[in-house]
Amino acid sequence: MKAALMGIYTLWLRDITRFLKDKPRIVSSAAQPLLWLFVLGMGLSTAFVRGGGGSPQYLRFIYPGIISMSVLFTSIFSAVSIIWDREFGFLKEVLVAPIPRWSVAIGRALGGSTVAVLQGAIILLFAPIVHVSFSALQLMSAFLVMFMIAFSMTSFGILIATRMQTHEGFQVITNFIILPMFFLSGAMFPTGRSLPAWMRALVHINPLSYGVDALRGTLVGMRGFSIWLDLLIVIGFGAIMLTIGAYYFERTE
Amino acid sequence: MGSKTTIEVNELKKEYNGLAAVRGISFNVARGEVFGFLGPNGAGKTTTISMLCTLLRPTSGHATVNGFDVTRDKLAVRRSIGLVFQDPSLDERLTALENLKFHAMIYGVPKADRGKRIPEVLELVELAGRQNDPVKTFSGGMKRRLELARGLLHRPKVLFLDEPTLGLDPQTRHRIWEYVKQLKIEEGISIFLTTHYMDEAENCDRIAIIDHGHIIAIDTPEELKENIGGEVIMLATKDNKKAAAEIRERFGISAVEVNGDLSLQVADGNHFMPRLIRGLETEITSISLRKPTLEDVFLKMTGRRIRDEKMEGIDQAKTRVRAKRGRSR
Repeated sequence: MKAALMGIYTLWLRDITRFLKDKPRIVSSAAQPLLWLFVLGMGLSTAFVRGGGGSPQYLRFIYPGIISMSVLFTSIFSAVSIIWDREFGFLKEVLVAPIPRWSVAIGRALGGSTVAVLQGAIILLFAPIVHVSFSALQLMSAFLVMFMIAFSMTSFGILIATRMQTHEGFQVITNFIILPMFFLSGAMFPTGRSLPAWMRALVHINPLSYGVDALRGTLVGMRGFSIWLDLLIVIGFGAIMLTIGAYYFERTE
Repeated sequence: MGSKTTIEVNELKKEYNGLAAVRGISFNVARGEVFGFLGPNGAGKTTTISMLCTLLRPTSGHATVNGFDVTRDKLAVRRSIGLVFQDPSLDERLTALENLKFHAMIYGVPKADRGKRIPEVLELVELAGRQNDPVKTFSGGMKRRLELARGLLHRPKVLFLDEPTLGLDPQTRHRIWEYVKQLKIEEGISIFLTTHYMDEAENCDRIAIIDHGHIIAIDTPEELKENIGGEVIMLATKDNKKAAAEIRERFGISAVEVNGDLSLQVADGNHFMPRLIRGLETEITSISLRKPTLEDVFLKMTGRRIRDEKMEGIDQAKTRVRAKRGRSR
């Protein structure tokens, strides 16, 4: 057990160490969500208000969605870096270490989650510009929710990574998993009855929708589902993904 | 045997989708011994090492390392061994020190001991001065040395080295061997290594020659060379095929063609050579006599050279892949 805990801690620490070393990555990872928020968000908000001038309401609406996006992208990419570890050999060092394989999966999930939360926190700094203000309690809740989304998505990413042999499928993951998940999560537009039925169905089966909803409820007080349903689905999805991912990890030769 | 044995292997087999890579091998490695697995690429060396290190599950058979079963007691085996893989397995974005620190942590080296042991192994492989540099700035030889240091960090009782010198320049190869010898003396650990370099295999206490998943001989290098009998005559003729047939007919010795020369093993070369020259109708263009090498042992036992042209090609390809990987990161 002690070995397992040490394994989890070491793999977590490795992710953090790598993250802090890579300053350019931090900046470039923050750039994309900020573009979405300020360029696309500002642009679209004028379209929603007759006569132009922009709607602060729309920016407030997408703000938690953009934070979720940042968390989602960082989570999946950091989990999928297991494939790079495999290609550059480091995975072997970990697989032959005297620690249970499941502790490797958990360590990676926690490491990736922490990095994703930090990356999301950068977007949180821009709150005043989009006229969002929150109490200390709200901020803490937001961090908690961000961590749950991150953990869930990193676990999902780990499962993907265990099923992929090379990094060549990377583009496929982006186009067929990450982007659809983001678009169908209600991050950029409301998912009420005005949406076509097929789209609403997809939104409802997308676990990220509940994460975005939870974060939006926490930060700007708008919500579609109950917070308990949100948390149950986000955590449940993460737990299932991590269990299956750890199982495949266990069987890696 | 008992506690003197660190590795015991019994009828170990590995099949991949019905194709046998290792076909039931048995051997023991004694404490403090440098044991070499010698064979061409694809002979089953890496598969064997992977099974002993618990990375691959044997199809059948039995093996223990330091008294722990490799299928039932994986974590105990892993704790007691050090490993240097054929391909690099470092985190290139981290520094040498960070790589060692994380390794020490997952191997449960106590914090107090870490502070002493890390400088010690860095010193051994002469990398203390570069400890804070990212590994991606290291040359291939430096990386291998760092991996060696990492493999030793947690004071294993057995060190596994899979082709430890593959793709390295002669100078670095020589140094790696110096470390291995030093380790044997200073740390008293057993070393299990694979190689297809004949000259390196000479450095081992004992060698197992492996080919097509079978062990075809196990002995000290001296005994192996002794056993193939006497000396080796290398012969070049106008028509090697005809000469070989003649030699078989007249002297009952089989000659094997190697790089355009005929090689034959004889008990007493000094006396046999004049007879050979007199007795051969085919015109001889050159002839020489030497002591047998492990290359001759392999040739005698398998009828081929360990590194024919094709193998060299694979080797170079491997080295190129490595160089490319190093750059792309």
